Amino acid sequence: MSGSKSNSIISAHGVTRILPGTVPVTLVKDIDLEIGHGEFVAITGPSGSGKSSLLYLLGLLDVPTEGAVHINDMPTENLDADARAHLRLETLGFVFQFHFLLPEFTTLDNITIPMRRLGRRSRKEMDERARELLEALGMGDQAHKRPDQLSGGQRQRVAVARALANDPPIILADEPTGSLDSKSTEQVFSILKGIVDKEGRTVVAVTHDIDLADRMYRRVHLIDGRIDTDVTARR
Amino acid sequence: MFALITDIALTHIAGRGRQTLVSILGVALGVGFSIAMAALMQGSQEEFVTSLIDALPHVDITDEYRDPPRQPADLAFDVAAYSNLRPREDTRGILNATEAMTALRAFIKGNAVASLKVQAVARAGGAETGISLTGTDPVREALISSFDEDMRKGKLSDLRASPFGIVIGDKLAAKLTVDIGDTIVVSSTGDITRRFKVTGLFHTGVVAQDNAFGLVNLKAAQIIAGRPNAVNEIRVRLNDAQSARDVATQIERLIGYKSVSWQEANESLLEAFFIRNIIMFTVVGAILLVAGFGIFNIVSIITHEKSRDIAILKSLGFAERDVRLIFLSEGLAMGLAGSLLGWALGFGLTKVLASVKFEIAQATEVTHLPVTFDLLHYAIAASFAIIAAATAGYLPARKASKLNPVDIIRGAT
Repeated sequence: MSGSKSNSIISAHGVTRILPGTVPVTLVKDIDLEIGHGEFVAITGPSGSGKSSLLYLLGLLDVPTEGAVHINDMPTENLDADARAHLRLETLGFVFQFHFLLPEFTTLDNITIPMRRLGRRSRKEMDERARELLEALGMGDQAHKRPDQLSGGQRQRVAVARALANDPPIILADEPTGSLDSKSTEQVFSILKGIVDKEGRTVVAVTHDIDLADRMYRRVHLIDGRIDTDVTARR
Repeated sequence: MFALITDIALTHIAGRGRQTLVSILGVALGVGFSIAMAALMQGSQEEFVTSLIDALPHVDITDEYRDPPRQPADLAFDVAAYSNLRPREDTRGILNATEAMTALRAFIKGNAVASLKVQAVARAGGAETGISLTGTDPVREALISSFDEDMRKGKLSDLRASPFGIVIGDKLAAKLTVDIGDTIVVSSTGDITRRFKVTGLFHTGVVAQDNAFGLVNLKAAQIIAGRPNAVNEIRVRLNDAQSARDVATQIERLIGYKSVSWQEANESLLEAFFIRNIIMFTVVGAILLVAGFGIFNIVSIITHEKSRDIAILKSLGFAERDVRLIFLSEGLAMGLAGSLLGWALGFGLTKVLASVKFEIAQATEVTHLPVTFDLLHYAIAASFAIIAAATAGYLPARKASKLNPVDIIRGAT
């Protein structure tokens, strides 16, 4: 790691992830990647190319076999599981292909859960923040519904709201529109783009959808666990 | 943060209402029955010990030595041989009993009475039976034993007005076909015979006493035994019966005669109670262990079902400790709910047991099951249950906290 502070908010330095076993499987190999503030990055590639694995490594959900991931220039390889969890809580927001909302809780509860875990806001402030997010995502009237009372697109929007709850600078999305119809896909994509354009956050999204990837500002293409191309488009 | 953990935990267990209820009921039954059992066990033990303490002197000083005196020649020489020894006349008795009584009264907190025990034969008409006589001071006797309370006819103090009066057990009176005011003839083993007038009848409930025991004035006993001024027993009743063991040791050190506390006299019985309590706690432990398995089962099922939620919570930034706490709280919540319900059940069961009335053939009055209400039983049973529940919750909680969220998310997608 260099002594000077870089512009990257999240970076991978020679990251390799090998799944141990009788036949070890290399998920990603020698990944060097610097992602700056306010970038809207698509990670693309064929199935099995290591897109999601790279996202989980960048999101500190997985630990590299070799190399290091830095968040805000801070190396994370020596952090224990609890410290990584805390960094996730403060800095990262996740959106998955499936909404993964807690089914027993209301929309509002699901969004306040990360805030309650962080514990920096009063209960009233948490509720206000959750309602603000729901309003911003066009779901102000769905606060007290449970996930099973919402459509797929609505659930995914709630998942985005939950990811934004603690105001993280980085949003990591794994196929966020993979299970949505075209209308919902467009809604969710617009939200993610708005997060970048209006709020200046960094969004890194794994996607199979080439059209969507083309509309994002940078595209990192993986093949067989390695970066094949890394193209930044003009905004 | 704890409120969030509790919210998630309660939501999980509420989501499996029926199984949760069964687990809680398992704990409640364990706690409830163990409380009722402990109440009954301790109640019966306390009643037994109380009747023991009431029936027997707290410290019994007899004219014996714990280490019998050796032959004088043994003390003077290394080796001594004996032949044709003649036994001394039976002059056994507590020497200087008056001084001993004075010394005792100076330091014990309670009462003491000097008495003489005599074995004799009682006759009335054609009936004849062995009798164990105790010569005593009726006034002091009333202070150290419960005979005064057990009198069915006459009073213990009536002996004072009748130098050769006798108070006997009601069963003995029936055997001799005598009643209050009748005369019986008492002969000692030394062939001294005297007539005694029955001044009272008692019923202690102890068969041996009611069948073959009599109280007379100390002087009368000394006459019938042919042992003027002799005393072979001092009985002590303490204000604090539990201090008897220490007091007996002090008395023995002070006057030299063997002093036996009620605890020493009933050592084997008290040991039996101890063993009974161990058995009880083992059974209770086993019941709660089974209840613990119920909790283990339900928490394990929930962790399995909620593995996706665990993954998502971890991805949101929940630490392993948080996940462990969620599932541990689920076990604890069930243990706590079971304990509270068990307390109510235990209290109810104990009340029911206490209200059960039954009659024993020999007894004249209706008897209740002896039960003791003791908060300690509730505390112990709940502690047991909560520890079992916490352990049952912790094992799957630990496993859940170690789940790799990536594996689960990959599996789900």
